[in-house]
Amino acid sequence: MKTIRDLFRDYRFLFSFIVLVIILIMAILSAFSPYDPTLWNVVPKELKPSAKYLLGTDSNGQDVFWQATFAVRNSLIISLIAGLVSRVIAILVAMVAGYRGGTIDRVLMFIGDSLLVIPLFLIIVMVAMMLRKFMNLVVLGLLLSFFGWAWDARTIRSVILSLREREFTKTAVLSGTGTIKLVLKEYMPFAMPLIFSTLINNIAWAIGLEITLAFLGLVNLNIPTLGTMLNWAIYYQSILLGRWWWVLTPVVLSLFLFIALYWLSVSISEYLDPRTRIQRVGAA
Amino acid sequence: MKNSILRTENLKAFYVLDMQGTQKVVKAVNEVDLEIHEDEVYGIAGESGCGKTTLLKALYGAIEPPLRWMGGSVLYHMNNLAVDITSLDAEEKRKLRMEYISYVPQGSMSVLNPVLKLNETYQDFIGSHVSGRTRQEAFELARKHIVELGLPRNILDAYPHQLSGGMRQRVTIALAALLKPRIIIADEPTTALDVVVQRGVIQLLMDIQQKLKNTIVLVTHDMGVHANIADRIGIMYAGKMVEEAPTEKIFEDPIHPYTRFLIDSLPRFGDKSTRSSAPGSPPSLADLPAGCPFHPRCPFAREICTQEMPALVSLSSDHKVACWLVGEN
Amino acid sequence: MAFVKRYLIPRLIQYVLVVWLGITVVFFIPRVTPNDPVMAMVGILRARGATLEPGAMDGIIRDLTEMYGLEGSWSDQYWAFWGRLFHGDFGVSFYQYPAHVNQLISTAMPWTLGLLLTTTAISWIVGNIIGGLAGYYSRKGWSRTLDAIGMVIRPLPYYIFAFALLLLFASTLVFRWFPVTGGTSLGARPTFTWVYIKDVLWHSALPALSLTILGGAVNFQTMKLIVQNVNAENFVQYAKLGGVTEDRIVNKYIIRNALLPQITGLALSLGQIFSGALITEIVFSYPGMGMLLYNSILRGDYNLIMGIVIFSIVGITTAILIVDLTYPLFDPRVRYK
Repeated sequence: MKTIRDLFRDYRFLFSFIVLVIILIMAILSAFSPYDPTLWNVVPKELKPSAKYLLGTDSNGQDVFWQATFAVRNSLIISLIAGLVSRVIAILVAMVAGYRGGTIDRVLMFIGDSLLVIPLFLIIVMVAMMLRKFMNLVVLGLLLSFFGWAWDARTIRSVILSLREREFTKTAVLSGTGTIKLVLKEYMPFAMPLIFSTLINNIAWAIGLEITLAFLGLVNLNIPTLGTMLNWAIYYQSILLGRWWWVLTPVVLSLFLFIALYWLSVSISEYLDPRTRIQRVGAA
Repeated sequence: MKNSILRTENLKAFYVLDMQGTQKVVKAVNEVDLEIHEDEVYGIAGESGCGKTTLLKALYGAIEPPLRWMGGSVLYHMNNLAVDITSLDAEEKRKLRMEYISYVPQGSMSVLNPVLKLNETYQDFIGSHVSGRTRQEAFELARKHIVELGLPRNILDAYPHQLSGGMRQRVTIALAALLKPRIIIADEPTTALDVVVQRGVIQLLMDIQQKLKNTIVLVTHDMGVHANIADRIGIMYAGKMVEEAPTEKIFEDPIHPYTRFLIDSLPRFGDKSTRSSAPGSPPSLADLPAGCPFHPRCPFAREICTQEMPALVSLSSDHKVACWLVGEN
Repeated sequence: MAFVKRYLIPRLIQYVLVVWLGITVVFFIPRVTPNDPVMAMVGILRARGATLEPGAMDGIIRDLTEMYGLEGSWSDQYWAFWGRLFHGDFGVSFYQYPAHVNQLISTAMPWTLGLLLTTTAISWIVGNIIGGLAGYYSRKGWSRTLDAIGMVIRPLPYYIFAFALLLLFASTLVFRWFPVTGGTSLGARPTFTWVYIKDVLWHSALPALSLTILGGAVNFQTMKLIVQNVNAENFVQYAKLGGVTEDRIVNKYIIRNALLPQITGLALSLGQIFSGALITEIVFSYPGMGMLLYNSILRGDYNLIMGIVIFSIVGITTAILIVDLTYPLFDPRVRYK
């Protein structure tokens, strides 16, 4: 498709595409792991990277490389759940608020705006504390999705508001199209590119939050994720003891992941934004 | 015969667009010869997308990428000297603005800085060209000038958003005339305004021209405005000037087939017959046909029209046409 | 007067409502989630090996319930909760018993506040200046280079960046220029001497650097984009066409208009900046609210957590209100109708 080809001209898209493919491959590799990630002492502890143990081993007696594949997989699962569910919530809220308008619109936007300004991090920390016992991948994902819809809801809502006034809406309504069908079929194509770009941002946010929560010890530390790997590495003083391979793996992986996701979302939204498109044209 | 004050010779200005690896060249001003006189209102008419605005930009010397000057010259006749502004640098051109030549852009409603009061904007424009005591005097004169032009006295104390679109348009025009420039260029000054306000704008332009006895170059697609205010009209089509004559002649005796279609499509009082317009639509300036750009739509097109571009030739002392049909008469 | 009615009053009402909503949510979270703080605390006590006589357990549960404000029905609790809040009583900390939560917060707050205010101010001002220049000269090489650097720094979350700085400059891995933890060297007593101040500055350097660079990168990028857009606006083109001198255009036409969305942007991002500051403090063991939060989570000190969260909500919302109220000073379209 021409769009994809055009996107690849942007070095940022190219970079993020490559990185994300590598990360995905790692996640898929986890299914072939020779070791069970939740057990301890499956391999000798604290060995440097070598041909046998690609990224060395950690203080729990696990192979760092294979741990990392699980970590990547789980972090991605959590953030995908968070991202997708919060998109759904955002679309629902935006649909109701944008199309119905009036009081319900004001109330919903008020709640959304409040979510945007108060330090969400603290609220999430509180809730995570309370839910400690039940914490697993899905619960964490849902928890994050519960708080991540506000920005997107506003964006989609403004798209719906502008579409509501257009000719084809009146035509559709007059020809008897039901509200839900109208919004889903007619409006969504306009909002899709926006939703996709905010989805990517949301995923990055979710991964970040997961790592922070793990850092604070608020997740189930036995499930390998990027955050829990980091937590364990620090717990065992790998910095002080110079075991760089254990602490750097999650750090470097998440670094690349964040940069890639950000570059992906920026290149896509710049591609879509008519104003920056014009600036790209004839600049020489 | 009036003196000429602004002339172009074989002017070419194209947009060179570099989109995702392919290059597109839009020939917006394609070998245009113009001669504009002192103390006259010269109207330029044509459909949207024919290159009128680009021509104005070229006349003003406001050529910025992706617009590029591709050849020809733009001559200002100042103090008996012909100055080719394509050879001037940015600072020299800047000095000419407001004092020698002024520009009223399209969509004047949104050209005023929203965070400044109008008098601050005026001071910026004046202060950039005039200094010292003359600056203070110029500013006092500005207020008087505003009143003379029929605008409310304290309008300068307002912010742009507090005024209506028509008001802002008139303020912008008054600003353009402030330092008594010899040439004022106005791009679609009446578009997007309701008819009553249009009247006010046209009246304002006419008043200014009467007072200053300068030249106004007016671009609009609205033939009614041209009929009202223009002394001479130039018809533009697909980047070229195809006909030029005094206003009455254009309306009563159009020669070029395109002009004929244009005039025929105008409604007249009492005439209830169906109006016709030229079949088809104007060509894309990036993809012009060979020869005369109008030939695909012209009912009188001949072999030569598809091969060579006709030059703008004088039919009589004040009537010029660019058409192969005419050359032979 | 109309301005007060149309802008000020609705804004104030919104402020009150948001604060109320936030605090109410904080009130309900522990009561609605399946974790009972009292039993959780009992569990922690038991895990620490405390032996209890049978009757004492009831006493402890009663005391804990009272301390956590959990007695009575929900509406009773709610009223009592607000009553205590208005007296500035956040209760007693558990892990630092018998210190009041207020005391702990007021000791930690100046550290956080000092860090936050300086870094936010510097990153906003410097980021905007450089971003503005880069946006105006967007075709020049240095502008593009800075943009590329910003592209790499901006997406990094606060703790990763803080962590990276820690690894680079404070640990044995690379350079050992700065201390690894704390706000001051051990045992230093707060006095207004140069020695003490220098000590504080040396310890604050890395956290401050971390926050400033990250915040600056964000401001740089957004300002650059805004300036590029403003540069293309009609009124800037018109000023150029009218031959207005460049310095006037840059100051009064571009920057003044570009600052407007940046002020709004600052207001919106204050919540994130605050969270980022807390996390950065935790990474550097800096004795601010961040460390307080961290310790309270570790010890399950429920009152302290509540106190920190409520305090933060009120603080941030107020700060946003203040920034919001300065906006009309810059935008006459809001000031006059």
